[in-house]
Amino acid sequence: MKNNLNSPLPISVTCPACGMLCDDLSLNDITPVSIKNGCAKSIAFFEQSFKSSKESACTPSLSGKPTDLNTAIKAAAEILAKSQAPLFAGLGTEVQGMRAIMRLAEKSNATLDHMHSESTVRNTLTMQNGGWLTTTLSEIKNRADVILAIGTDIGSSHPRFFEKLVWDSANLFSKPSPEVIYLGVPEEKAKSGTSPNGKPASVIGNDPSKVPEIINALNALLINKKINTETIGSISVATLQALVEKLKTARYAVIVWSASSFKFSHAELTIQSIVQLINQLNETTRAAGLPLNSGDGDSSVNNTSAWLSGYPTRNRFVNGKPEYDNHHFSTQKQLQNSDALLWISTFNPLSPPQTTLPSIVIGHPDTKLDSTPDVFIPVGIPGVDHAGTMFRMDSSITLPLKKLRNIELPNLSEVINRIEAELA
Amino acid sequence: MITLLKNGKIYDPAHNKDGVVEDIYIYQGRIVPKPLDQAKVTQTYDLTGKVVMAGAIDMHSHIGGGKVNIARMMLPEYQQKQMQEIKNLSEPEAHICTPYCSHHATPTATDTGFRYIEMGYTAAFEPAISPINARQAHLEMGDTPMIDKGGYAMLGNDDYFLRMLAAKKDQKAINDYVAWILHATQAIGIKVVNPGGISAFKFNQRRLNLDENHQHYQVSPREVLQSLSRAVHELGIAKPLHVHCNNLGAAGNFETTLNTMGASNGLPMHLTHIQFHSYGTEGDKKFSSAAAQIAEALNKNKNITADVGQILFNQTVTASGDSMMQHLNAKHANPKKSVIMDIECDAGCGVLPFKYRDQNYVNALQWAIGLEIFLSVEDPWRIFLTTDHPNGAPFTSYPHLIRLLMDKTFRNEAFAKLNLDAQSMSNLTSLNREYSLYEIAIMTRAGASKLIGLNDRGHLGVGANADITVYTDQENREAMFAKPDYVFKNGELVVKNGTIVKVVWGATHTAKPAFDIGVEKDLKDYFDRYQTIGLDNFKISDAEIFDDGRGSVVVNKN
Repeated sequence: MKNNLNSPLPISVTCPACGMLCDDLSLNDITPVSIKNGCAKSIAFFEQSFKSSKESACTPSLSGKPTDLNTAIKAAAEILAKSQAPLFAGLGTEVQGMRAIMRLAEKSNATLDHMHSESTVRNTLTMQNGGWLTTTLSEIKNRADVILAIGTDIGSSHPRFFEKLVWDSANLFSKPSPEVIYLGVPEEKAKSGTSPNGKPASVIGNDPSKVPEIINALNALLINKKINTETIGSISVATLQALVEKLKTARYAVIVWSASSFKFSHAELTIQSIVQLINQLNETTRAAGLPLNSGDGDSSVNNTSAWLSGYPTRNRFVNGKPEYDNHHFSTQKQLQNSDALLWISTFNPLSPPQTTLPSIVIGHPDTKLDSTPDVFIPVGIPGVDHAGTMFRMDSSITLPLKKLRNIELPNLSEVINRIEAELA
Repeated sequence: MITLLKNGKIYDPAHNKDGVVEDIYIYQGRIVPKPLDQAKVTQTYDLTGKVVMAGAIDMHSHIGGGKVNIARMMLPEYQQKQMQEIKNLSEPEAHICTPYCSHHATPTATDTGFRYIEMGYTAAFEPAISPINARQAHLEMGDTPMIDKGGYAMLGNDDYFLRMLAAKKDQKAINDYVAWILHATQAIGIKVVNPGGISAFKFNQRRLNLDENHQHYQVSPREVLQSLSRAVHELGIAKPLHVHCNNLGAAGNFETTLNTMGASNGLPMHLTHIQFHSYGTEGDKKFSSAAAQIAEALNKNKNITADVGQILFNQTVTASGDSMMQHLNAKHANPKKSVIMDIECDAGCGVLPFKYRDQNYVNALQWAIGLEIFLSVEDPWRIFLTTDHPNGAPFTSYPHLIRLLMDKTFRNEAFAKLNLDAQSMSNLTSLNREYSLYEIAIMTRAGASKLIGLNDRGHLGVGANADITVYTDQENREAMFAKPDYVFKNGELVVKNGTIVKVVWGATHTAKPAFDIGVEKDLKDYFDRYQTIGLDNFKISDAEIFDDGRGSVVVNKN
């Protein structure tokens, strides 16, 4: 695959590699990849995108045998035409891709589930239960005086969070850099929050599994309930009391969590407790939450799904009518109930789950297939091979993605639209 | 090639036509003069006895952008429940359903377009686009078929503007920024929500009165209003500053509303969902109607326009940029949940489900207050028919609302079913006015088009875009307005007997006044230093709205 760039280097790019959606990157070179304002994730993403693949990676295949695009599209349409209730999973795409997928799903009675929804659903359930009070990245940059990260070091999943929002001294209200406090973050990860001048983040507890009881204790202490024990989750109550005081006296505390980092069951209940803590703090001062996303277009997919079907994922269409069930429509469950699988992953070369169902894989040209699908159609990478639109993790911001190189790969939406046309 | 609409009764207030029987000729999407050669008429619709109006224009309806999508995500239970609840409603509050009716407070983008066109509406305007979220608003509106759309960009709580105001920048600099925002966000008007208050909430202020200072910037809502209304006026765009006053929903807030009118200094100003801002503090419950005072002031101040934001009884959801007041009102949410957001040093939002009940004193009085305002404001060119969709009720309730305005008996029957304490606090039954078809056409067509500054919509004169709605004249105005016989969009028949026969895509209306591009120098520095996206990505290009040819941008000249 030749890297035939669309315009001369350097090219300013928006990076879809994580939910920060940084748009201040400049691609200086591609052999090897060199990026101004790049981070570990963005460099890995663009290296993977630009690495020289075999020509064969651009060729669709039927049961592993190379074929042309038309034949592959017809074969995909045949599988969907025969299917009564296909599962569209993975959904690693952006707004335009999801628009096309929604139309095809409506026509083919499909169930829709994103690859990271196991985490996303915990946040969705929280929002649907009692709502929440949240903030966005520019507010954090300009207002936050305390950042409490619960169960996540933030930096591993969102590498430039601290550089852009915490250590950058430019802010509207002449405030000092916020104090960073980690709660339930393993010791080895806590260095993400160390400031450029060497000040480490405060760490309260290293065991993420203790987060639920600690949050409950914070809630109790915040409303002046007495706790009749010395320690909660191996943390002294005095330490927790001090944390509560810090949050109460903060002018704009931001509480960050990552649903994917909560490995215990019913994590949505813990997220609800975090929301309760934020709500209570707002009785007297200002505080707000920031749920970190998982990636692969999860925010884009959920938003697009919501305005096109009325529901976020997990949802499905039955005779043109959307339905919603964030428990039963999971990929895991639907692999048992569906009669065909369409797997989509355009940002990363991710393999579909193991299944014996007739399967179509549409995705990244370097997709590593653990087993051979009936149809494989490689498509362009959004933000590299074609333009698109993407939601940032805080959902308030959508940014255009650029086409950086000319390549003989179709877009996801073109392929999906052509499959839909075959079904007509 | 020419379509003839023959013998219809024309209600076209822009041309003072009040039910005159005339023919309309359509050619290439526009209304044209009677052709010399009748042979060119290839299609004729006999509209003898039918009521013909321009397509209706909703000048305030939350049809796109983050808030409504949050509501959709937050309230999945609605889609299932709502249909059943509508069926259980008692007459006359239940409205007549079309076969496609999704009486849903937060329809999908697709359903939004379909439900509007089925009622003969051919345009709707999203009134609360936060500039930083404008791309999402246009994405959603881009997926809304059938109707034209557009939006008002919110300013007055963004730190960039408040900094300028605090630094006492000259009016020209403010004007340039306001014009730049209109271009960058592809909007047609400017709105301010709780002037200064959304920003003040981020500094932990919980209420902000008209002459109270924002604690950080030391500027008052009055100064915000005056600066923005002057900018809008001096830029020469048609749409007056769209004002959601301070103190939304609070008992006694009518004084803020009256003072806000006073703060206009004679410049054009539009007060939106004024029903929510017309509350007194009289009576045992310290909540009363101030509709009479508000209507009197509206009648007197000819520079002020208003839309009502009527509430109707049912489950709905309130989606507002007013994070300050929505946070305060979160305790009234039903079901009890709320999403409140601080957004990007630009705006805020608050999304709360609400269930308006006719046996609840406050809700019943809110219903009466809205109608009192409608019936007491004399000039239909300055009052507009809205439910602040979905905040007062879904826009699908408009036919019902029109019947309430046009049919006194129907109205009084509905009133008699309200909470008795509320009845005793309202003078609604003493208001005998019944709106005429001509007045409805002003409020929902000619007036709305004039207010927003649409060049060729909202009227039936030669040269107008052929967006035309044809009704059967029925005594039951709700049935009449729920299901037009024909709707033409750009001259094409798209609805027949209330059913969509063709899917089309409308345009996005904008206003793009001239300004000094030098304003971008400081803005770029501001974005680089304080925002988390670049200036270039903030701006929405025409190409993004064209979206492979489905959308289009109309720049309205004033």
